[in-house]
Amino acid sequence: MAPPAQSQRSPSPSQPSGKSEVSDLKLQLRQLAGSRAPGVDDSKRELFKKVISHMTIGIDVSSLFGEMVMCSATSDIVLKKMCYLYVGNYAKVNPDLALLTINFLQRDCRDEDPMIRGLALRSLCSLRVANLVEYLVGPLGSGLKDNNSYVRTVAVIGVLKLYHISASTCIDADFPSILKHLMLNDSDTQVVANCLSALQEIWSAEASTSEEALREREALLSKPIIYYLLNRIKEFSEWAQCLVLELVAKYMPSDTNEIFDIMNLLEDRLQHANGAVVLATIKVFMQLTLSMTDVHQQVYERIKAPLLTLVSSGSPEQSYAVLSHLHILVMRAPYIFSSDYKHFYCQYNEPSYVKRLKLEMLTAVANESNTYEIVTELCEYAANVDIPIARESIRAVGKIALQQYDVNAIVDRLLQFLEMEKDYVTAEALVLVKDLLRKYPQWSQDCIAVVGNISSKNVQEPKAKAALIWMLGEYSQDMQDAPYILESLVENWDEEHSAEVRLHLLTAVMKCFFKRPPETQNALGAALAAGVADFHQDVHDRALFYYRILQYNVSVAERVVNPPKQAVSVFADTQSSEIKDRIFDEFNTLSVVYQKPSYMFTDKEHRGPFEFSDELGNLSIGVEAADNVVSAQRVEANDKDLLLTTSEKEETRGSSHNGSAYTAPYDGPATSLYASQTQLIESAISNPASAGQAQQASLAIDDLLGLGLPAAPSPPPPSPRLKLNSKAVLEPSTFQQKWRQLPVALSQEHSISPQGIAAFTAPQALLRHMQSQSIHCIASGGQSPNFKFFFFAQKAEESSNYLVECIINTSSAKAQIKIKADDQSTSQAFSTLFQSALSKFGSQ
Amino acid sequence: MISQLFVLSQRGDNIVFRDYRGEVQKGSAEVFFRKVKFWKDDEDGDAPPAFNVDGVNYFHVKVSGLLFVATTRVNVSPSLVLELLQRIARVIKDYLGVLNEDSLRKNFVLVYELLDEVIDFGYVQTTSTEVLKSYVFNEPIVVDAARMANLGPAAIFMQGTKRMPGTAITKSVVANEPGGRTREEIFVDIIEKISVTFSATGYILTSEIDGTIQMKSYITGNPEIRLALNDDLNIGRGGRSIHGYGSSYGSGTVILDDCNFHESVQLDSFDIDRTLTLVPSDGEFSVMNYRMTQEFNPPFRINALLEEAGSFKAELILKVRADFPSSITANSILVQMPVPTYTTRVSFELEPGAAGNTTTDFKESSKRIEWGLKKIVGGSEHTLRAKLTFTQEPHGNITKEAGPVSMTFTIPMHNVSRLQVKYLQIAKKSNSYNPYRWVRYVTQANSYVARL
Repeated sequence: MAPPAQSQRSPSPSQPSGKSEVSDLKLQLRQLAGSRAPGVDDSKRELFKKVISHMTIGIDVSSLFGEMVMCSATSDIVLKKMCYLYVGNYAKVNPDLALLTINFLQRDCRDEDPMIRGLALRSLCSLRVANLVEYLVGPLGSGLKDNNSYVRTVAVIGVLKLYHISASTCIDADFPSILKHLMLNDSDTQVVANCLSALQEIWSAEASTSEEALREREALLSKPIIYYLLNRIKEFSEWAQCLVLELVAKYMPSDTNEIFDIMNLLEDRLQHANGAVVLATIKVFMQLTLSMTDVHQQVYERIKAPLLTLVSSGSPEQSYAVLSHLHILVMRAPYIFSSDYKHFYCQYNEPSYVKRLKLEMLTAVANESNTYEIVTELCEYAANVDIPIARESIRAVGKIALQQYDVNAIVDRLLQFLEMEKDYVTAEALVLVKDLLRKYPQWSQDCIAVVGNISSKNVQEPKAKAALIWMLGEYSQDMQDAPYILESLVENWDEEHSAEVRLHLLTAVMKCFFKRPPETQNALGAALAAGVADFHQDVHDRALFYYRILQYNVSVAERVVNPPKQAVSVFADTQSSEIKDRIFDEFNTLSVVYQKPSYMFTDKEHRGPFEFSDELGNLSIGVEAADNVVSAQRVEANDKDLLLTTSEKEETRGSSHNGSAYTAPYDGPATSLYASQTQLIESAISNPASAGQAQQASLAIDDLLGLGLPAAPSPPPPSPRLKLNSKAVLEPSTFQQKWRQLPVALSQEHSISPQGIAAFTAPQALLRHMQSQSIHCIASGGQSPNFKFFFFAQKAEESSNYLVECIINTSSAKAQIKIKADDQSTSQAFSTLFQSALSKFGSQ
Repeated sequence: MISQLFVLSQRGDNIVFRDYRGEVQKGSAEVFFRKVKFWKDDEDGDAPPAFNVDGVNYFHVKVSGLLFVATTRVNVSPSLVLELLQRIARVIKDYLGVLNEDSLRKNFVLVYELLDEVIDFGYVQTTSTEVLKSYVFNEPIVVDAARMANLGPAAIFMQGTKRMPGTAITKSVVANEPGGRTREEIFVDIIEKISVTFSATGYILTSEIDGTIQMKSYITGNPEIRLALNDDLNIGRGGRSIHGYGSSYGSGTVILDDCNFHESVQLDSFDIDRTLTLVPSDGEFSVMNYRMTQEFNPPFRINALLEEAGSFKAELILKVRADFPSSITANSILVQMPVPTYTTRVSFELEPGAAGNTTTDFKESSKRIEWGLKKIVGGSEHTLRAKLTFTQEPHGNITKEAGPVSMTFTIPMHNVSRLQVKYLQIAKKSNSYNPYRWVRYVTQANSYVARL
């Protein structure tokens, strides 16, 4: 443990001032160490307390280690506990002195009081000193066999602690298999739960290097273990129930009966007062029914009431955690919650993070029948004392207007906002009116009548000012004063600090000029002069551009600045649907609260035991999500463990999507897949000396989905005309760059044969098949029935690449293909090859 | 999986700090406190209960002015950690009797003991006060409860009613009475928090009751307890829209939208006779939480009138009418209302005889007026008149610039849902065995708002 930070801090009068106090304590402890006087334990208690209170506030008391250990010879359990706490905190920085404690801890591990045995064992394992691990194995071994369950629970966690100090010692002592045995046989459910936690951690960490650990970890998801745990679920503590439910959420039942059995068994967990249990149960229900649309919908209906109850009981913090989850469900299926909109009304005393979620939900559930009431409610918040929330409310009204067909009433409300004459309300409303006009130009008459009354002097916020200026330019023919307002704005050019506003002003003056030349000419001249002299590069460039294009040809300039515009039909969503799906997959985790998938905020080594596999499950790709892809790849490159689990996840996920069509037993295809995969990895590991092979292996690992190398030597490509490189490599970043740069050479739609669809149990199967045809996958994603793949291939003799985007819809049995090629002339040949490869899928 | 757990005082001092896994740096408490303290500047509003700084996730709950914080690097279930923190606070309260900075500082070694048993290497072991008793050896140092201002929901019973032994709720589950022997007693509290929003015309826009049946048992030997609720209690509102105001009001049937239960509750006979059976464990816990949107009679009607009275001036009339029986008295009433931001002065005019019971204040900085009443007897009506002075002409509609009126209050011995505990039966050990049973009702305002 690092020395406490406190030591650098200047001593404050309220806190003990460090050094002199510590040496005082040292002296006193020494005096007491050998004493057997009556009442000595009480004095020791007082001293120990002081030491620990120093430790708590961060004063370094590690120098007392020797004295503390000397004083620890006592039968007073309170003293013992304080001493253990101290030792556990400082042993790591005092490994030599820690050796002193081993003796008494080991002795206590054999005490007749199980309480003492447990405590000592826990402290022994908490020393975190690597060279002491040899002393742990013996006590841990007997602890696991102890007849007292308290000692066993401590010992199980002790094994995990040992693993973190020295993994090899833990594995060599065969502790994991003892834990497995305990998990399946112990009568105490807390022992079982701890075994499960420990094994998940150990096997997940080992899985990257050990085939056996990988199998063991997967075995935790096997039917016998899952059923064993499920059948005892009510005996577990509420916290352990959460643990079991998390595991069950990853289990893939083989048929629908099984799904219903599990759901019926867990049904009453939804009435639990502990929100964590309820959410974990909901996750199980959600995951199990993903492929059963009707039932999935029923689940939504079923969980509504329990979630709402949890939101309104408990502390604001708990309620927020639940509300975040309700939020994600509402966003996924707003129509199911449209009659519950009143629950999403904000209460005046709620914290703003709660209000913000509620506003988003209100926006999402608005439909024809409830819009009037929702908008009325939102308008109340616009006058709220909490200004950020007032702003959000106005934006919410705007969003509803943009998503509704009947905007009539809402436009009136927005215009009322403009009349409220509160600066921020006006500002927000202006931005909204602008967006509204872009979507519904037919409202321009009503809007500009009101907007025209707003004095530009009252609008200060850049966004709002820019919106107002945009409208002045766009509708200058209908707004009497437009040229004059613009002119006065141009006059105050130097006082305008926002470059955004100045840019808009330039454009607006241009637009106005084409509509009302005589009135605007002066303003335009002044604007261009000011713009060209502007220190901001963009403003300067735009002014210069306008100037030159006007010089070149006025009618061309008009076509550039004032082209006929189409109404915007849909405004782009800020969050891609792939990201949303990913967050949903991580239900009941922080991802939901942060509204970000875990890879954006968690380091790789701290992801949960099974969460690695989610990583590339729905990898999003495409220009709009390019950033995410890059970061995902950066995190995941060279992660052998991940490659394996990803393929596994794909496999199992596929099986759940196809539900009844896929009846093969769970461990059939998955296991066989591992066999080949692990072989591959093994060879990479066992032959590091063989340069060629090692390189191939690392290439394979670079490949996102871990299929860089086929298990068997790939057959020669079928087409004689175009030969592909079966070991092609392409950096994901290069792929993205090329994909952006190259034009689409071919765009086609193909049908997929019924056999192909039948074989499409998982995207993974297709990838393997294409791989055997020397067409490599770089990224894939999606959920049944829509899957998206990016493939690439390389010519055998030169490094000329083909890039393919392939969108497969399994229900319509269609594949949409876009091909881009370095060498356009051969793209037709490649397309033929790709088609034939695709058509062979499932027929082999 | 939790890496560290610590409790900070309001000023940010560590009171206890336990590192379970050594994965998060030592200075995390400072990082956390700074982030929370300056959240308003960096982001906006209050810091949410979970946030991430440099890959470390910080969870916190506020209890009695203390911050209970957990850190982890793992993407854990936020509900689990926040529930756990809340539960840890409750366990500590069970042990110490009262939970506040003072009691925590005096008993920090005991708290360390608890934390060591509750969590091991980041994994929750137990949060049952009962189970923990056998592992925890420190005796709590009891803090004088009389000085405590904030006792959580239980505090409401301290005022106004002499029937309750005030110290009982702040009694530690392990400490003995001065006499040496613990008094056998059990407390069942039906606490209802109500939320009502009135429109400007007095129409009820939304109303909800969030109730909880809280139990705290000091009975030895863990006898089985049966708790009978209204026979005609209904749960779930079937196909009806939750806010469809039907005619159920007045018919006597209590209809809950939904409820949940503590895990010790046996529901075997609940569907037949609305009886909950449980063996209460030590410490305080919620037997049942329920939620109700069935129409009910709101205990207070609020009437607010704000009118311009000449230039730079306006007049405000606030009326509060208590719509409950005169045998009942509400206490700690506070009515608040934001006024236009350009208000500079407010002069109040109280009704005759209000002195002593009433306080009025104009909060200059937040531009709101506060009207406090110590108590309101059922059936009575109270009025406040105020003259507002402005620095400018109000623009447009003055009512858009002020309000809404919000109100907080506590009504002991009254519950609006009419949910009742018909009887509380304790399995008898002997004929002479007859522990004290306290069944108490209270209604509190959660969000009680009238718009202008």
